Amino acid sequence: MTLSEVVHVSGSLGNFQVTIRQKPRYVDMEKCIACGLCAEKCPKKVDDPFNAGMGKRKAAYIPYGQAVPLKYAIDPQHCIYLTRGKCRACEKFCPTGAIHFEDTERTVTVTVGAVIAAPGFEAFHPQGLDVYGYGRLRDVVTSMEYERLLASNGPHMGHLVRPSDHEEPKKIAWIQCVGSRNINRCDNPYCSSVCCMYAIKQALVTAEHLSGGDVEQAIFYMDIRSHGKEFERYYESAKEKGVRFIQARPHSLFPGDKGKGAVLEYVSRDGRPVREAFDMVVLSVGLQAPRTAQELAQALGIQLNESGFARTSAFEPVTATHPGIFVTGAFQSPKDIPQAVTEASTAACEAARALAPARGSQAREKTYPVERDVRHQEPVIGVFVCSCGINIANTVDVQAVVEYAHTLPHVALVENNLFTCSADTQNLIAQKIKEHGLNRIVIAACTPRTHEPLFQDTLREAGINPYLVEMANIRNQNAWVHQQDREKATEKAKDQVRMAVAKVALNEPLERLKVNVIQQALVIGGGIAGMNAALALADQGFPVILVEKSDRLGGNAWKLPTADTGEPVQPQLEATIRKVNAHPHITVHTRATLAQASGSVGNFQGILDVDGTQQEIRFGAAVLATGARESQPVEYLYGQDPRILTHQQLDEMLQKRPEAPAQARSVVFIQCVGSREPQRPYCSRVCCTHTVKAALRLKEANPDLDIYVLYRDMRTYGERERLYQEARRRGVLFIQYSLEDKPQVEKNGQDLCVTVTDPILGRPLKIPADYLVLAAAMEPNPAQDLVEMFKCGTNEDGFFTEAHPKLRPVDLSVDGLFVAGLCHYPKPLDESIAQAKAAAGRAGVVLAQDEMRLDAIKSFVTDKCDGCALCVDVCPYQAIRLESVEEGGRAVRRIATDPALCKGCGLCAATCPKGGVMVHGFTLNQLEAQVEAALAKAV
Amino acid sequence: MKQDPCGSVLVVGGGVAGMQAALDLADSGYRVHLVERTAAIGGAMAQLDKTFPTNDCAM
Repeated sequence: MTLSEVVHVSGSLGNFQVTIRQKPRYVDMEKCIACGLCAEKCPKKVDDPFNAGMGKRKAAYIPYGQAVPLKYAIDPQHCIYLTRGKCRACEKFCPTGAIHFEDTERTVTVTVGAVIAAPGFEAFHPQGLDVYGYGRLRDVVTSMEYERLLASNGPHMGHLVRPSDHEEPKKIAWIQCVGSRNINRCDNPYCSSVCCMYAIKQALVTAEHLSGGDVEQAIFYMDIRSHGKEFERYYESAKEKGVRFIQARPHSLFPGDKGKGAVLEYVSRDGRPVREAFDMVVLSVGLQAPRTAQELAQALGIQLNESGFARTSAFEPVTATHPGIFVTGAFQSPKDIPQAVTEASTAACEAARALAPARGSQAREKTYPVERDVRHQEPVIGVFVCSCGINIANTVDVQAVVEYAHTLPHVALVENNLFTCSADTQNLIAQKIKEHGLNRIVIAACTPRTHEPLFQDTLREAGINPYLVEMANIRNQNAWVHQQDREKATEKAKDQVRMAVAKVALNEPLERLKVNVIQQALVIGGGIAGMNAALALADQGFPVILVEKSDRLGGNAWKLPTADTGEPVQPQLEATIRKVNAHPHITVHTRATLAQASGSVGNFQGILDVDGTQQEIRFGAAVLATGARESQPVEYLYGQDPRILTHQQLDEMLQKRPEAPAQARSVVFIQCVGSREPQRPYCSRVCCTHTVKAALRLKEANPDLDIYVLYRDMRTYGERERLYQEARRRGVLFIQYSLEDKPQVEKNGQDLCVTVTDPILGRPLKIPADYLVLAAAMEPNPAQDLVEMFKCGTNEDGFFTEAHPKLRPVDLSVDGLFVAGLCHYPKPLDESIAQAKAAAGRAGVVLAQDEMRLDAIKSFVTDKCDGCALCVDVCPYQAIRLESVEEGGRAVRRIATDPALCKGCGLCAATCPKGGVMVHGFTLNQLEAQVEAALAKAV
Repeated sequence: MKQDPCGSVLVVGGGVAGMQAALDLADSGYRVHLVERTAAIGGAMAQLDKTFPTNDCAM
């Protein structure tokens, strides 16, 4: 339901009545074919909100090119007819009579069992911060505006120009923390968590957009917070590529030469005032809860926290203050896309958990028409060439490719589309398939990795087998990499289309396999993540086997006094363990490991080693939650003095000797011990907040204690920033050091002394320390055996690699496997719990079906197989075995393939010397046709 | 007797978080009502050009 808002909610968990107000669209969605004539003829131009107010749209509009639903709407605030009673131009020109000015507001009531609120964020409005000159200086833009300037579907089609004179900027500054970490002016004291990374991204992407790539980028920052997975490497790569990182907060902005650009004044690290001119300035604006979110919270009857985000707890990170209502996305707290997607699955899991008895009661199945049998028909090929906005069309002469495709054998129809992936083009393709009796389709666009399923679905909807489509990747493998040579890129695109046409002519309809799903889950790791995943699965009604290698559940959480919210961990941990042990659907095995595993999604088999005895298990999906541990420091005299402690050792000491702080005068913390170093080039994410919490705890026990934190960048992201502010308020001293000039620790007799260069004084400071606390890096527990068993992967740092860093952040690359907690990346307790529930939700998607369809791209044995078994050894998935079969009265050896295990990688086909095993969709004759087409010349 | 819960879920907000929650629930056998304030789903991610740290196209 678009253009809709929730106005009222009543009832309770399991049975809410929700009143939704649906505003009129003034366009009949059934009739609109998104031809765009209404917008073309509409005389009223409006600032385009999708382009952050830069550029114009009409009062009859679609929000953006790939919008779903791809149906026009009329903006009643600006439409001339609706505001002044005259015009109706759109109505006159609409070819389908879809304009419906009599449309009225409707109120709809639905009954639901649970509600998930994901109203998102709004970007901070910098108008109030006059020093930045936003609104006064034309070339000062917000990061959202800059994002639109970079975008190929933006106001300048991705040609980066500055607003004042539409010239390419050659020197650009980013100013961080605009509307974040600011307690004086804007009242958003929290850190928005994402701005450092998006600024680095924009700085890097800028170089790709400007002709010749000559650009100077400078990022003005307080702390660079690249605390996410693979983020630190990204930051380092930006430094290598010449992006300047200047730790300073520009205090004034003045107009540049002739009123263009801007001049920044700031104070450098060594105290000098600097004036520097830039062609353009980007304000890295923070995230805040929008007004609409407050209204929604009111309608839902849920509470907000002091920052305006939804109030939740570390142990129930997506559960709002009203039972049955869950919150996710940036409404829960400012966060990046992977975290938002993860917690979306968390919220889905919580809703599924709450409504488990009703699963399937209201669901409806999508139905497809019966497939037309095209097996014995001559190929009738349709080719759809995508412009991808300007992504392809700017480099490849799309019209030339279209004309060329017409000349290829069996091609009956060629079309060019602006976005072949858009919803209206799907309808168009389906319509053309029926109209022209097409039985093979070529999509010349982008990668099948992301888009093939979409086109396969379109074929099914048009009544032909989904495997009759081939994609020619003229974007990623062509337009994006040959931007400098339009002519050759166009020739290459023709080659790619010719190859795809040659291959698709030989495509055969393929049948997808069905497997029965074992509706039971395995969870490996009994820490806080593993236990939460197990409980979330069990509450959905799925039996769970929980395997823990040590002799007790709980993991690292036993060593954690409080969550980052301040909530005590131990009572919750004990309650969680009790629930796990008492749950009728959970079988707990301690001192247990998974010794063997085989099978595939929906149908895994394994052998558990439980304290020396082996037992067989079967499961449909698994959650890996094998955890991480605090590493042992190898510097700063660690291990040579009992007063030199890690975080976990400090917490343990404070537990055992609560009087210790009162007897001390000085405590020094050193951050990034073993993190962000060449041997471990990632940020351990949790240590800055842990230090700040520990410092506050020490100050609580002894307010006179001198506490020094030696840090590189303080990374107390999100609401954690408040703890950092509190620590500074209480007098904790934060002194920055650099990797090139690390602190020195000495022991003179009984005295510990830390020397660090103070960046403001520019001189070494000698600090006596009664305790030295080292923020030791988190390192993953070894999981090589699981990697080998399941053929999943880890990154260079040993953390499990997700299937897609943005869009499938808790799925592993092996279907049916999910990841949660520290073994994915260091993270605080609340995020581990959220991810565990997300993994349980994603696993629940698999387990909820009693049978599932597999891909049809699988190996098969031909009659040329003579049982030489060369392929058996090369198969990385153990999907091929050698068999003895009766043939004509004698036993012959043949291979047999297991389609459930086969991934269709084709190693067997490449190894076989006689064409005895091949892969559906990639048979030898298909590949030959493709190679021949590649070697033929375009005419 | 306690009434059986209703097997439908309301998701408010059609951005990347709302869409993912809706997809997960629909794929696990629940009926989903997805409510979006504007004329199309997609949210803020649709407005982004590229995403960090892989520089993938956001669309």
